[in-house]
Amino acid sequence: MTGLLTFAEVGFAESWWIQIIKAVIIFLVGFTLVPLALMLDRKLMGRMQMRYGPNRVGPFGALQPMADIGKLLFKQQFRPRTSVGLLFAVAPAISMVCAAGAFSVIPFGNTVHIFGAKVGLYGIDVSIGILVLFAFSSLSVYGLMLGGWASGSKYSFLGAMRSAAQLISYEVSMGLSLIGVVITAGTLSLTGIVNAQGGMWYFIPQFAGFIVFLLAAFAETNRPPFDLTEADAELVGGYGTEYGGGRFAAYYAAEYFNMVIASAIAVTMFFGGWAMPFGIHPPNWVDPIVVIVKTILVVCLFVWVRTTLPRPRYDQLMALGWKILLPLATANLLVTSIIVVVTH
Amino acid sequence: MAWNPGDDVIAVQRAPEPGGAGGVYRAFGETLRGLKTTFGRMLERPVVYQYPEEKVPVYPRFRGRHKLHKFEDSGLEKCVGCSLCAAACPADCIRVVAAENTPEHRVSAGERYAAVYEINLSRCIFCGYCEVACPFDAITMGHDYEMSDYNRADLIFTKEMLLAEPLERTPLRTEDE
Repeated sequence: MTGLLTFAEVGFAESWWIQIIKAVIIFLVGFTLVPLALMLDRKLMGRMQMRYGPNRVGPFGALQPMADIGKLLFKQQFRPRTSVGLLFAVAPAISMVCAAGAFSVIPFGNTVHIFGAKVGLYGIDVSIGILVLFAFSSLSVYGLMLGGWASGSKYSFLGAMRSAAQLISYEVSMGLSLIGVVITAGTLSLTGIVNAQGGMWYFIPQFAGFIVFLLAAFAETNRPPFDLTEADAELVGGYGTEYGGGRFAAYYAAEYFNMVIASAIAVTMFFGGWAMPFGIHPPNWVDPIVVIVKTILVVCLFVWVRTTLPRPRYDQLMALGWKILLPLATANLLVTSIIVVVTH
Repeated sequence: MAWNPGDDVIAVQRAPEPGGAGGVYRAFGETLRGLKTTFGRMLERPVVYQYPEEKVPVYPRFRGRHKLHKFEDSGLEKCVGCSLCAAACPADCIRVVAAENTPEHRVSAGERYAAVYEINLSRCIFCGYCEVACPFDAITMGHDYEMSDYNRADLIFTKEMLLAEPLERTPLRTEDE
């Protein structure tokens, strides 16, 4: 069956107008989850540091992200004289687009019937789902790289160099850790992987892969403790040093969006997507809620780790990526493939 | 070939290397311990004061904004305009201009009274020497510490402002606190 986009084999495609409506809804859901993650980050981190976190704007400070975004958007667009104009303006947009694009393949549920029409609760179910995710997360390096380079500032440039090295290094381990899941499920399609987790969620048989994926995800999303690309204490702000106003907001939102996506990938790959534990089978309309709740729980894990761990030195980061995670992921992949070959 | 420093170079003692598998295990264990610590903090109450609504109570001997006093029975000012406080002030922020009391116009209990009594709070260092120097306990340090203002001129407190009852806006710490 071919859909609107015929770049890959598509598992299930609706008529074009349903796809457009779906795309808008998924975009809105994504951009609702971003302020939620932002708020959760600040509130939860505050609680873990025995303070309240933002609690002035709106009930319990719930409107703080809106206030932040409003403030940033009304700021003057400013750029240094040494910056490269076009790239400086485009780079945050690249980050943002890559983040939003990766969200399109995250499945929120199986196909359901809404007003008689069969609709899949995902942007698009391509047979190469994981590869699409990797493509977008590889592209997001360009957002940070170009932004840092085009700023014409040494701190930005250092941050950009770091982000390039870090993202490319951890991309390898992340890919290898997910291939274990792909081998076990026997499909690259994300809905297929979720359906294959009916018996047991993959974080139990693929525990080593899950740990590697988690660590790589922290590094991929530039979240603390692996926020060496920003490293406020040493690099001022890394690639974002010269950015302010709306462009900074775009970078900031993209960072949190990436965190949400990494959590959603973890949920899809390792925590059974829309499946509920203990053999509960709720009606179909609960599926997206289950996915979102699980995603938020994984975001909580991100925040928890951020609050706890200090930033490693840069050589330690590289050593962790290449000397520990990569061999671990490779060993996990080998063992998984042997088991799969033997048992089938 | 390793770089060989001369004999006069002292070799730096380094901490033990992180090590291979043991180091990984140790790092992982310590990470889990750290996670447990932060999770425990999350379950406790926050310790912060919600400042503008909830103020930190001060101790009874807290040296805040000055107060000038009157006798409770007669209503006369205690200050006799002797300028000892101005003399004791290290920051030189007190200005006193004395005037004679007359039977028709009696302001203080002594022979003279302070016609002008000004404290420039933007210069005051809140050392409390004025309080110590005063022979009549006419000036004491209060508990008020919220004195920020937009103009420097507004921080020059006159006698009327210092004599007025201060706004009840600073909680006092109790004995057992």
